[in-house]
Amino acid sequence: MSDLLSKFDALAAERAGVLTAGVRDPFAIVMEQVKSPTEAVIDGRDTILLGTYNYMGMTFDPDVIAAGQEALAKFGAGTTGSRVLNGTYQGHKACEEALKDFYGMDHAIVFSTGYLANLGIVSTLAGKGDYIILDADSHASIYDGCYLGNADIVRFKHNSAEDLEKRLRRLPPEAGKLVILEGVYSMLGDIAPLKELVAIAKAHGAMVLVDEAHGMGFFGENGRGVYEAAGVADDVDFVIGTFSKSVGTVGGFCVSNHPKFEILRLVCRPYVFTASLPPAVVACAATSIRKLMHAHDKRARLWDMSRKLHGGLIAQGFRLATATPESAIVSVLMPDQETTVRMWQALLELGVYVNMSRPPATPAGVFLLRCSLCAAHSAEQLEAVLQHFERAAAETGLFRQAAE
Amino acid sequence: MTDRAGIYARIIELIQPLNSKSIVLTENTSFAGDLEMDSLTVMDLVASMEDEWDIVMPLNMLPDLETIGQVADAVMRLVTK
Repeated sequence: MSDLLSKFDALAAERAGVLTAGVRDPFAIVMEQVKSPTEAVIDGRDTILLGTYNYMGMTFDPDVIAAGQEALAKFGAGTTGSRVLNGTYQGHKACEEALKDFYGMDHAIVFSTGYLANLGIVSTLAGKGDYIILDADSHASIYDGCYLGNADIVRFKHNSAEDLEKRLRRLPPEAGKLVILEGVYSMLGDIAPLKELVAIAKAHGAMVLVDEAHGMGFFGENGRGVYEAAGVADDVDFVIGTFSKSVGTVGGFCVSNHPKFEILRLVCRPYVFTASLPPAVVACAATSIRKLMHAHDKRARLWDMSRKLHGGLIAQGFRLATATPESAIVSVLMPDQETTVRMWQALLELGVYVNMSRPPATPAGVFLLRCSLCAAHSAEQLEAVLQHFERAAAETGLFRQAAE
Repeated sequence: MTDRAGIYARIIELIQPLNSKSIVLTENTSFAGDLEMDSLTVMDLVASMEDEWDIVMPLNMLPDLETIGQVADAVMRLVTK
């Protein structure tokens, strides 16, 4: 009898090898206490959180917490049902209203996670005989949405208008086409040239979907995302987003002005065949989204923090994934897996949590220490982070190695 | 060249830079098993073949294309379509 788990032996051995070298498992962190959007206790130590995507610091917002507590008491702990059966409460509709107001769009559908929003919308929009044209660096949830559906999948070179154009030109003109882009790409923290890409998609008769998971809250005049900042709102057919980043809770959504959009509620399997979000979560999300409409000070502060961290790390000699701070993600390029893990651990022991990223989540061969900023990070925390990066690099011999 | 032999020869040329263990490439050499290519490398290779012959090889075809011979057959079909 063949053991079905044996196919993962090579990965298990690689992991064991890393751990026997004396480092902590980067993918098994436990937060024992969470004190604020920017601080938690890990291994009994106060730790600055610099890898949580909690961009706007809404997780502990008093209005958000009060709304959640009230909904929990009034509507219970969960809905025990699908959105299309018994799982749509007044709170889910209020949350969709908040999204329509935030985006200035006619329709909004809330999913149970951002992953499910992409899985559902991508697999349902493009069917047999249609084409999906996606950026090579697309998030796993977009790729998985492609594999759940029956469309033909064509991938173009990351952020390349020329490559997108070339691939669109090869497709049958009459076929249905969906071009999928992201505002911010979460691994390198770079943004898409949406003006060019969307214009090419439209010139070839494609519908356009933009995932703004990492752009919501602080790009564009209304914080709608990179597509708003790029001035292409009228040419974007669908915007996908999440509540687990700037909004500060969990859930996913799609907003659109398409007149036939609402039918998706009946045909989108990841919407129909899963339980809806708990009442407390949608109450938190709706309150947070409405507050984000007016969060101009927080936006300014977040950008300020991003510039300072980016500039500070460059000044210390780190190599970063983007030449300028393009988003609230600052990714530090590392030479190899071993150095990445040692550097990550050194930072953790100094009291800074960042994300460690490796292939295949990253583009080919890239190892990263990924930092994401929060509007609630203090100047003192940022100063401490920069000092700890310098010390961790010295302890691990990062620059000495690079100089060799 | 768009005959089967020409396509096969060019595919071998495209794979050679990715053949890090310098194994002997044949019709039956597999991408995942023999060449130990990860999915990203395979997708990049597909893109270079699309550009070489100006064809569309949707990613959903990939599960059926395990060997170099199968890829050559698929390119042949797409080129003559």
